[in-house]
Amino acid sequence: MKLHPHQRANLLFGGLTGGAALSILVVLGLIAWDVLSNGLPQLSWEFISKAPRDGMTAGGIFPAIFGTVALVMIMTLAVVPVGVLTAIYLHEYARQDGLPARLVRGAVYNLAGVPSIVFGLFGLGFFIQFVGGGIDRIFYGGDVVYGQPAIIWASLTLAILTLPVVIVATEEALRTVPREHREAALALGCTRFEALLRVTLPQALPGIMTGAILAVARGAGETAPILFTGAAYFLPHLPTRPHDQFMNLGYHVYVLATQSPDIEATKPILYGTVLVLMLVTVMLNVVAMTVRSRLRADRA
Amino acid sequence: MDHSGLGPPTPSQPGPPVGLAAPLRPVSRATAGRKRVDAIAKWVIAAVAFSAIAAVVLIFAFVVREALPLFFSPEVREEVTPESMLFAQAWKEGSVPSYSWQPVSVVPKYSLAPLLVGTFKVTLIALLFAVPLAVLAAVYSAEFAPRKVREVLKPAIELLAGVPSVVLGFFALIVLATFLQNVFGFTYRLNGVVAGMALGLAIIPVVYTVSEDALVAVPRSYREAALALGASRARTAWSVVLPAASPGIFAAIVLGFGRAMGETMIVLMASGNAAVLSWNLTSSVRTIPATIAAEMGEVVVGGAHWSVLFFLGALLFAVTLTFNTVGSWYVARVRRKLGGMTE
Repeated sequence: MKLHPHQRANLLFGGLTGGAALSILVVLGLIAWDVLSNGLPQLSWEFISKAPRDGMTAGGIFPAIFGTVALVMIMTLAVVPVGVLTAIYLHEYARQDGLPARLVRGAVYNLAGVPSIVFGLFGLGFFIQFVGGGIDRIFYGGDVVYGQPAIIWASLTLAILTLPVVIVATEEALRTVPREHREAALALGCTRFEALLRVTLPQALPGIMTGAILAVARGAGETAPILFTGAAYFLPHLPTRPHDQFMNLGYHVYVLATQSPDIEATKPILYGTVLVLMLVTVMLNVVAMTVRSRLRADRA
Repeated sequence: MDHSGLGPPTPSQPGPPVGLAAPLRPVSRATAGRKRVDAIAKWVIAAVAFSAIAAVVLIFAFVVREALPLFFSPEVREEVTPESMLFAQAWKEGSVPSYSWQPVSVVPKYSLAPLLVGTFKVTLIALLFAVPLAVLAAVYSAEFAPRKVREVLKPAIELLAGVPSVVLGFFALIVLATFLQNVFGFTYRLNGVVAGMALGLAIIPVVYTVSEDALVAVPRSYREAALALGASRARTAWSVVLPAASPGIFAAIVLGFGRAMGETMIVLMASGNAAVLSWNLTSSVRTIPATIAAEMGEVVVGGAHWSVLFFLGALLFAVTLTFNTVGSWYVARVRRKLGGMTE
């Protein structure tokens, strides 16, 4: 069959670009397949409910799961109120072209681009040395209690890292609320704050939840910022106080993969941990993406 | 949005009414309370919003603060100064000056050159690997893909952005490194190419997303004009749409560069981390973020090594900030330019 030169060009270039797209998907698929096929046999009730044994070559990863959950819960408590209020300021209160709004927007944008290891340095210099050290000097007579790596400092560091995620998602959610609804509330005699609380926020809630879920997914997957702000390789006890250290899934993967004396013996545990971490982060992302595309479809 | 003109008709001033703005009925105590809550809420919200600015300022201030002893503390400067970090040093009496990063030896050596070269090498490999793949995939998804395929492709690549970097590092360390060594016979299992490729995976989503946005933003009329002149779809994509979107694609590359430079876990796990000054791509490399991550755990608080690591952090912060600003400026420009042309 003879092809028109145009058809040939379209096939060639379409094939080349399509091939590039396909190869990205293939790599993604390979990673998923490798982790699933090696990790699934490892998953069991014992694996997710027991502590590691025998120098990390047996047992489970419960402390790492617990530590990660506690970490992102404290982080969420800190980041969601601040992020939502900032987005409310940007979208509901600030003059759009005014200097304050431009400054806040610029700061949010830059915050999103700061490398995660720099957040780790910041957590160390600001939270641990400055804030924690200050608390120790004032309340503990110089004994080191809060002036050392701890779950509270790691959580707050992650809260700053995930702040842009919450702000951007909340602003998008506020944008979907029709202006007329706010105006109707104000015309009926609501104050601005009441209109916000009773009319705007309830409608924006699903979008805000999406932002919170994305922040949790991001926080659960970050390792670099917690390397020296509170994550520990192995702990005999679960963290119960804000100044305790904690185990973490991402840090567990890092340590098992790089510092194990016998990599073949730790490999099954390693793959199991990676699978759990992937399941958590990917599933949260999928949930957030589904909610978001539903919301967008509703608006259209 | 400013709703102030739409507020309820009761004036907030409790004082004596002035002129025509006199209230129709006296302001009840309950209304005054609601007004007060409203005013307080406004200030609280504004105050919290400025925490984002405070965060950026504090990050910069506290990272730089810990690096300052390099410039002002005589004790630290006995061990290391900015000059000794930049220029080749004769580490022993009479030896040939060289660049060396050995912070924990008898004579601590803090040359930045091996780290700068290492960071640049790995970032370059990541870009060489990621940019062609991501940009071509973006062209496919904007110009050729049927709607159904596009609806799968976009979220799938966005999902790649959700994979934690420690997982990509793990994959590079356990699977990719062995595979590449078997294929290419690398001397070192962990090297710049392995880390660079894994790093490429991490930046593919950002390069793809920004490029795709730029391509989609090219007005339809451009495509229609080219097709009407008898160009094929391939020709239209290559000679009309791609050049029109080129500032956006440039921005995508710049943003990818910034992201790749600052990425920590992947290079920490997959690059081998030997601080050797070499332009060989397949030798083991140590990047700036990996150096901070690997060494911060063991340093003395406030010592010379501590200050040097914070200095590296400040450097990283400044460089990525510059790249992000340039990238976003280009994104805004291309949007303005193409947006203006459709009107």
